[in-house]
Amino acid sequence: MKKITILTFAILGLGLVAFTNHGGGIYKTNTGNINFFSHTSVEDITADNHKVKTAFDATSGKIQFSALIKDFEFPKALMQEHFNENYMESTQFPKSTFNGTIENMSVVKTTVDGTYTSKVSGKLTIKDVTKDVSTIGTFTVKSGVVNTKATFTINPEDYNIKIPKTVSGKISREIKITVDADYRHAH
Amino acid sequence: MLQRILIFFIIAYAPLVYAQDLDLLDDVEEPVTEYAFATFKTNRVVNGHSIETVAKKEFDFKISHRFGFLSGGLYDLFGLDQATMRIGGDYGITDNLNVGIGRSTVDKTYDGFVKYKFLKQSTGAKNMPVTAAWISHMGVTTLKWTDPNRENYFSSRLHYTHQLLVARKFTEGLSVQLSPTLVHKNLVDSANLKNDILALGIGVRQKLTNRTTLNLEYYYTLPDQLEENKTNVLSVGFDIETGGHVFQLFFTNSSGPFEKSFITDTKAKWLDGDVRFGFNIARVFNF
Repeated sequence: MKKITILTFAILGLGLVAFTNHGGGIYKTNTGNINFFSHTSVEDITADNHKVKTAFDATSGKIQFSALIKDFEFPKALMQEHFNENYMESTQFPKSTFNGTIENMSVVKTTVDGTYTSKVSGKLTIKDVTKDVSTIGTFTVKSGVVNTKATFTINPEDYNIKIPKTVSGKISREIKITVDADYRHAH
Repeated sequence: MLQRILIFFIIAYAPLVYAQDLDLLDDVEEPVTEYAFATFKTNRVVNGHSIETVAKKEFDFKISHRFGFLSGGLYDLFGLDQATMRIGGDYGITDNLNVGIGRSTVDKTYDGFVKYKFLKQSTGAKNMPVTAAWISHMGVTTLKWTDPNRENYFSSRLHYTHQLLVARKFTEGLSVQLSPTLVHKNLVDSANLKNDILALGIGVRQKLTNRTTLNLEYYYTLPDQLEENKTNVLSVGFDIETGGHVFQLFFTNSSGPFEKSFITDTKAKWLDGDVRFGFNIARVFNF
């Protein structure tokens, strides 16, 4: 009985260590930035989220983002309300996430100052619709901080964001998303 | 024994399995306060104010019309031959403090108000069941004196309305507001009429789609407050929000576009078929 219990704990212990040890370093921030920009001849719409949670694994190249829709700040209060209430339905779909990979992680030397680029691809989820996206990320390492910048475009209609005919000309079908985050080594 | 081991494993690894999706991110959410927003589409339920305020440095320009009785039939084009109207606007000094002015054709009245939202419905780190605002209106009628020969005072032209607006967004679609109200008229037509009238407003809105709502508003005046021939105001309407504008289309038995008039001066009764069509158009400008 005792032996089995000890054995169980031993196995469990090993298992936990194996699971929590990511091998390389995890780089994190809870204050990443995501900006989106919609340009049409009628109107430009832009909003910023400065509270994006994001992290990447410097060994496996795994990279993840999580942004609360309500944290997108607009210059006009009414736009922000309509964004949440009419377009993103943020009470029902509070979060948007990205789960992907930095494809050439070995190229990005997170311990050596410099600028590196790598393709980043993965799954972007908005309003519970998941699509594959990919872009080129720029990684700038400077005194321990890894800054990541990337830009890509999405079509809101791909993510179940309905645009009524009356405002059709005011909202672009190619919304530019700009990601900018300063990561620090976490463990 | 095998079962026990299995249970140990399941318990130990369950959180890891769940966290696998976004396993790199901090899964501990800091407690945040989630404020209810868009309890109503605009700062009017139908006739009366809602708890909504315009944001800082924004001006909400409003044009309101109430037409004649639908019972006027085709001859009056269902009331469209007659109209009372108010033109005015609300301005945000801060997100919670608004001021507004307006001019109505009814008794050639200028009105102004100060509105302050002092509670915000929230959940999370801070829990607050309701949103509440205080609003004080003042109105000046500028009709010529009915008897210019007697001594007339400017103060006789004034009336005031004070309201506590308390609203709760129960679900994404349903919001309810209660508005205890005091109307004070400096001068009434005869000595047996009351200068102060107490009323309780009830507003309900139900979202039909993301951009349209059904609104119901009733102002109940306490018994023996109104004149014999006056009645309570009941309104049913729709809000249609198009992005830049909110159109409020409604049916009501009052022709008054400001508080004192629709709460205390409504004569027409729904049961007699004396119902009017009306609309408010709101357009927000940024400064």
